[in-house]
Amino acid sequence: MYTAEMRELIKKVEATRPERLGHDYSRMTPDERDQVLKKYHPDYRASGFRTLSLGANEGSKVPLELADLLEAKSRLENVNLDLTKVDYDVDVLIIGGGGAGASAALEAHKQGAKVLISTKLRMGDANTMMAEGGIQAADKPGDSPAKHYLDVMGGGHFTNKKELVSALVKDAPGTIKWLNELGAMFDKEADGTMVTTHGGGTSRKRMHAAADYSGAEIMRVIRDEVHNQGIEIVEFSAAVELLLDKDGKAAGAVLYNLETEEYAIARAKTVILATGGAGRLHYQGFPTSNHYGATADGLVMGYRAGAELAFADTIQYHPTGVAFPPQNFGALVTEKVRSLGATPVNIDGNQFVFHLETRDVEAAAIIRECADKNKGIETPTGVKAVWLDTPLIELIHGEGTIEKRIPGMFRMYKKFDIDMRKEPILVYPTLHYQNGGLLINEHGQTKVENLYVAGECAGGVHGNNRLMGNSLLDILVFGRRAGSHAGAHSKTVEGKALSLDHVKKYHQSLKNHGVKTDRISPMLLPHYTHGRENDK
Amino acid sequence: MSDKEMVDIYILGKKYPVPASLTIMDSMEYAGYQLVRGCGCRSGFCGACATVYRIKGDRELKVCLACQTKVQDGMYLTQLPFFPGNKETYDINELEPTADTMGRLYPEIYKCIGCNSCTKGCPQELNVMRYIGYAQRGELEKCAHESFDCVMCGICASRCPAGITHYQVGLLARRLTGKYIAPESKHLTERVNEMEAGQHDESIEKLNNKSVEELTELYNARDIEK
Ligand SMILES: Cc1cc2nc3c(=O)[nH]c(=O)nc-3n(C[C@H](O)[C@H](O)[C@H](O)COP(=O)(O)OP(=O)(O)OC[C@H]3O[C@@H](n4cnc5c(N)ncnc54)[C@H](O)[C@@H]3O)c2cc1C
Ligand code: SF4
Ligand code: SF4
Ligand code: FES
Repeated sequence: MYTAEMRELIKKVEATRPERLGHDYSRMTPDERDQVLKKYHPDYRASGFRTLSLGANEGSKVPLELADLLEAKSRLENVNLDLTKVDYDVDVLIIGGGGAGASAALEAHKQGAKVLISTKLRMGDANTMMAEGGIQAADKPGDSPAKHYLDVMGGGHFTNKKELVSALVKDAPGTIKWLNELGAMFDKEADGTMVTTHGGGTSRKRMHAAADYSGAEIMRVIRDEVHNQGIEIVEFSAAVELLLDKDGKAAGAVLYNLETEEYAIARAKTVILATGGAGRLHYQGFPTSNHYGATADGLVMGYRAGAELAFADTIQYHPTGVAFPPQNFGALVTEKVRSLGATPVNIDGNQFVFHLETRDVEAAAIIRECADKNKGIETPTGVKAVWLDTPLIELIHGEGTIEKRIPGMFRMYKKFDIDMRKEPILVYPTLHYQNGGLLINEHGQTKVENLYVAGECAGGVHGNNRLMGNSLLDILVFGRRAGSHAGAHSKTVEGKALSLDHVKKYHQSLKNHGVKTDRISPMLLPHYTHGRENDK
Repeated sequence: MSDKEMVDIYILGKKYPVPASLTIMDSMEYAGYQLVRGCGCRSGFCGACATVYRIKGDRELKVCLACQTKVQDGMYLTQLPFFPGNKETYDINELEPTADTMGRLYPEIYKCIGCNSCTKGCPQELNVMRYIGYAQRGELEKCAHESFDCVMCGICASRCPAGITHYQVGLLARRLTGKYIAPESKHLTERVNEMEAGQHDESIEKLNNKSVEELTELYNARDIEK
């Protein structure tokens, strides 16, 4: 599948491989890290951001594409709804059917609450399903939750909310055990010891995995459990606006059936937003590793209802997205490929950065190599990229490692005739994760009463940069915490009349702040044409 | 028109010219569809995009994942966004990891006629017939490993004359294996016990009380496991 030019260039990678094998490239000093970030990380590009003119975060900057959705009108502006005609009446409404939503549902159900999951795509068609690399937890001798804590804080540049970090690392071993007891199959040695690896920025090998189907394994198991418990799910049913009661407390949501295009009213005592990330907004024109429905809907709905954003200006660009073949452009090359020993190499066959820097630093270094140093490899679509020398993995760990430890990756490339065991692959950073979101406390609560947030839609846990494996952990830890709290708390909540007044107020506020717009949000689904306009 | 190489494809019988470099999923969007169903991860992990196709002049019906397959000239396409499949509900804590359990919940596995249609259709190249065989014999661990890369797209079930929902059988085998057959991780049990006894609370509390400067110093001096 590689072009003749690329095959020529691969020879340079092969030529330097023997001398690179077994030699660690030096890590950057804290100063060097700082410099490369400021100069090359997209988060530091001022033109990619805008200051919000209204709402709880008035005056703070967020990515342009997100600002456009936050400063937009509701889908319900000209829709007449009778809020007294309730279609679903439950204790806990969970919006989003990924890992955070499913784990929240299980815990809320355990509290005896009547639960409804409303989800935009199918249950489980979510970022969680795609997570490959693994999930962190400090459960091995030689490791400790305190060491985990320090890694999380350092990864997040010490901006993380401490109480959230301590909840995260404390609940981690128990979360793995919970999954194990539900029957998730983790990679283990014959004596039961978990097979664990490093991730960028970890001080201990604490990444647990299920081959490179870690997220899929977790999602299929907890989804199955949601079905076993008989929890009600409505699919292809996106929430488009939260409902509040007259005291401004969360009390349900308006759901939109994507197929019949009808609205339904879901009334609930407590609401959990678990709508995941924002990759499909393609910040600064980047490709994305995210699933089709990752359009920041939860941030938009929560913000309109008065919840506060945290770290919304920090985005994770995964250093290794697929740059070639074009059919997989933007898809993820899991960090596990680097944890297993593959290293980034430029057009001359030289390694230019240590392969396990934190993601932001690694991504910035790759952008520098392509943009400034002009040492990238040009692909047929015009995108520049660097090599990731995957054959090193088999040289380090023995033949067969790639098929055994990263079968999903191997298969993805093989489908397009690239054998990553023998040939290096081409990578470039891809928009991967929303570091920030709606601010929560350790129970997943926002400052809007009865409104909880969990998973990628929440902010604070990871500060302004997340480490690999802490997101699968966070969605389960805070999914379960939110579910449990919202489930128990729902029993004390008295159902009141529903209202959309906050949406009207938001529209008024747009006017008052001089924001003139026809934009409508939440986005729900992206619209792609793959360049059809230019082909006509 | 650009100089891209184009091919003709047929979506639900209607012809559209699309660039030959696109995946089936992208080609549908290029043709002007906005996908609502049949699209999830776009990376071959969620099984949402099972698609049935036939190439003009060829009689055989083929199946694939739309996000992982390139278009071909003369491709007649239709999607399989929801295929009804049977899932039994159970309490995992009350099951035993045996052939009996499999047979009680999914008795249809014994009706397999060995036609191998399931295996031929699997976009993950799993040996589906074989993992059903393992399930019949109660070799659950083998069934679990053989079915591990299943994305639950449902293609196998759509072709099975015996009405088996293979992916649910595989999932049950995996859960039983993960819970009952795989060896216990003693270090995990021990750490969870320590956590419950509050043994790590103090060390974390200490870190919680440190300033950013102190944390930074500790962080930069931490030793890193080889
Ligand atoms: C390719 C990839 C690989 C990754 N690898 C790892 C890894 O190895 N380790 C790790 O820790 N993390 C990893 N991550 C990150 C991690 O998987 C995600 O951050 C996490 O799974 C998010 O879980 P979630 O439940 O918050 O959101 P999701 O799993 O994305 O679920 C969100 C759900 O909300 C639904 N939804 C969205 N909008 C609405 C709406 N308006 N109404 C109703 N429903 C809605 C969606 O359809 C979806 O079901 C990876 C992410 C990606 C994309
Ligand atoms: S086993 Fe069946 S459901 Fe699983 S990936 Fe193969 S065809 Fe799809
Ligand atoms: S398709 Fe059904 S009957 Fe045929 S081999 Fe597979 S399981 Fe057996
Ligand atoms: S969209 Fe997920 S497998 Fe194709």
